[in-house]
Amino acid sequence: MTDADTASLTERTRAIVPGGLVAAVHFLKDTAAFVLGEAALLLAAPNREQRRVAIHDGGILAAACDGQRLVTGGDDGKVMATDAGADSTIVAVDPKRRWIDQVAIGSGAVAWSAGRQVFVKTAKSEERTTDVPSSAGGLAFAPKGFRLAIAHYNGATLWFPNAAAAPERLEWKGSHLAVTFSPDGKFLVTAMQEPMLHGWRLADAKHMRMAGYAAKVRSLDWTADGDWLATGGSNQLILWPFAGKDGPLGKMPRMLAPAQGLAVEVACHPRQPVVAVGFADGLVLLVRLDDGAEIVARRPGAAPVSALAWNATGSLLAFGTEDGEAGIVDLG
Amino acid sequence: MTDKIPVTVLTGYLGAGKTTLLNRILSEPHGKKYAVIVNEFGEIGIDNELIVGADEEVFEMNNGCICCTVRGDLIRIIDGLMRRKGKFDAIIVETTGLADPAPVAQTFFVDEAVGRRTRLDAVVAVADAKWLKDRLKDAPEAKNQIAFADVILVNKTDLVTPEELREIEMRVRAINPYARLHRTQRCSVPLGDVLARNAFDLERILDLEPAFLGSDGGAHHPDHGRDGAHAHHHDGMAHYHDEEIQSVSLRTEEPLDPDKFFPWVQDLVAKDGPSILRCKGILAFQGDPQRFVFQGIHMILDGDHQRPWREDEKRESRIVFIGRNLPEENIRRGFAACQV
Ligand SMILES: [Zn+2]
Repeated sequence: MTDADTASLTERTRAIVPGGLVAAVHFLKDTAAFVLGEAALLLAAPNREQRRVAIHDGGILAAACDGQRLVTGGDDGKVMATDAGADSTIVAVDPKRRWIDQVAIGSGAVAWSAGRQVFVKTAKSEERTTDVPSSAGGLAFAPKGFRLAIAHYNGATLWFPNAAAAPERLEWKGSHLAVTFSPDGKFLVTAMQEPMLHGWRLADAKHMRMAGYAAKVRSLDWTADGDWLATGGSNQLILWPFAGKDGPLGKMPRMLAPAQGLAVEVACHPRQPVVAVGFADGLVLLVRLDDGAEIVARRPGAAPVSALAWNATGSLLAFGTEDGEAGIVDLG
Repeated sequence: MTDKIPVTVLTGYLGAGKTTLLNRILSEPHGKKYAVIVNEFGEIGIDNELIVGADEEVFEMNNGCICCTVRGDLIRIIDGLMRRKGKFDAIIVETTGLADPAPVAQTFFVDEAVGRRTRLDAVVAVADAKWLKDRLKDAPEAKNQIAFADVILVNKTDLVTPEELREIEMRVRAINPYARLHRTQRCSVPLGDVLARNAFDLERILDLEPAFLGSDGGAHHPDHGRDGAHAHHHDGMAHYHDEEIQSVSLRTEEPLDPDKFFPWVQDLVAKDGPSILRCKGILAFQGDPQRFVFQGIHMILDGDHQRPWREDEKRESRIVFIGRNLPEENIRRGFAACQV
């Protein structure tokens, strides 16, 4: 990849002006939904139309998306779902108007948490709840089976919302935040308050420690083939191998795209072995895993990249920053 | 200086007057908007859009050390509040009467995202004059809060006699010689004495010198008259040595050797960090034209060159440690060995 590639990519970027911090970005079909720090979404449709949709009465604290519905949690105590047509519906309102700290979407269901209480609204609109020992740091639905992972202090909880059985507890000292299942459902990985990841092989709860980071890991994503877990938290892209039955046990990670800034956001291409990496200096790189080649998708700016997402086919890459810059790169 | 949002931590026993002070901060016409993190909803009589309930979740870090703790809920709440940057100028964190201030304070130094966007301004302890004497005897958390504070309001002074007040202040000074101490009724202190103190700012460590240095009757006390309670504390130190929490003040006019000092202080906080609540220092290194300043909480040390020594200024190194059962003789010997 060359400078000419970079020039052509930056030329193919559609600038978006969200007017404030971009907390997250997701694609609803081919419409990029920029989740703003406060109150609204900015929907940027492929026909270049933009719509600002006010959904929360206050800050937006969490967002998750399955490509059809974008679920958000706010400091107004509301859980909202919005589709590509800017149609917003209320999923739930916390009776005590507590902050909705975390949300997740999967299996047609929506999950959210307020402090130590975790809720699920099933595809049949039935609501279930469970308590965890401390505030939920992250939520994730399993890829198969109706099961929710909840990260918290001193471990994670696996909850089957439709089963009467008590939730299963996975223990590991420390504060666990972001959580993700491997696409084959065999591993659960959390990002911790310390600069490290922790993983469990679910078959036998065997522990995996993934350390060596420069900072708290805030972004995790799986490559399309499920063989690698891409992470930020270092001055390069860190990829942990999950192809074998032992996952990264006893293995070293791959390290690509060494850079000046800290890698803060990662998003794996949905079809190809390519990872988009957003850095604290505003740089966005596309990194090809086969040979480590890099293309600059966005040059460094004034603030850290805070949001990064691909559309389902991988033809569009959307990014946003903490100081409210954003864009959509057309790779099609 | 920076556009980091200042954070004031309010500690104090239930009923000491924390809520009174909070309501004053929120209601006085100072033109500033505050986001407030509280433990008890409903106590605040003021309508404020940005009031957040917290759970005081104290998390140990993975190294398993008992003093290396942060407030997990605070990390999450501050991250959430920063989504609404521009809607408030400062943050106030109210803790419960039983809370240890250290995990709150350490959060601002341990969590990178919190430290990048906010800065700890000061820890303010509100104490009820009438009850303080007893609380210092029977409640370790009360003593902890006094020892940790940058600003102490001895409140409800109308409920005690002048003699009792003097004794209370001496006890407070014996625990914490360098905090700013204010006598108040209904927390009626100018808010500038509580807010925007820059107590953790290395650039401003000079401003703390008067209170900070007075403990051993040192030579120069610029700006001494500002604090009414101040004048009492020299003899206070002589009479009330708190048996458990004490301060150790060190000073020398001999230049220090940085290659001896840094290993010594790092080793000291690594070993005695759980006992050391706070420390602060201004250092004169051999051949260094700049003042070096540092401050710390338990095992966390934060230090930097501050500014050139002035011509008219005595090149003197000064350190104070406040802690529980400090190994004073060890500390003194270790410090003396750092001199060139
Ligand atoms: Zn410690």
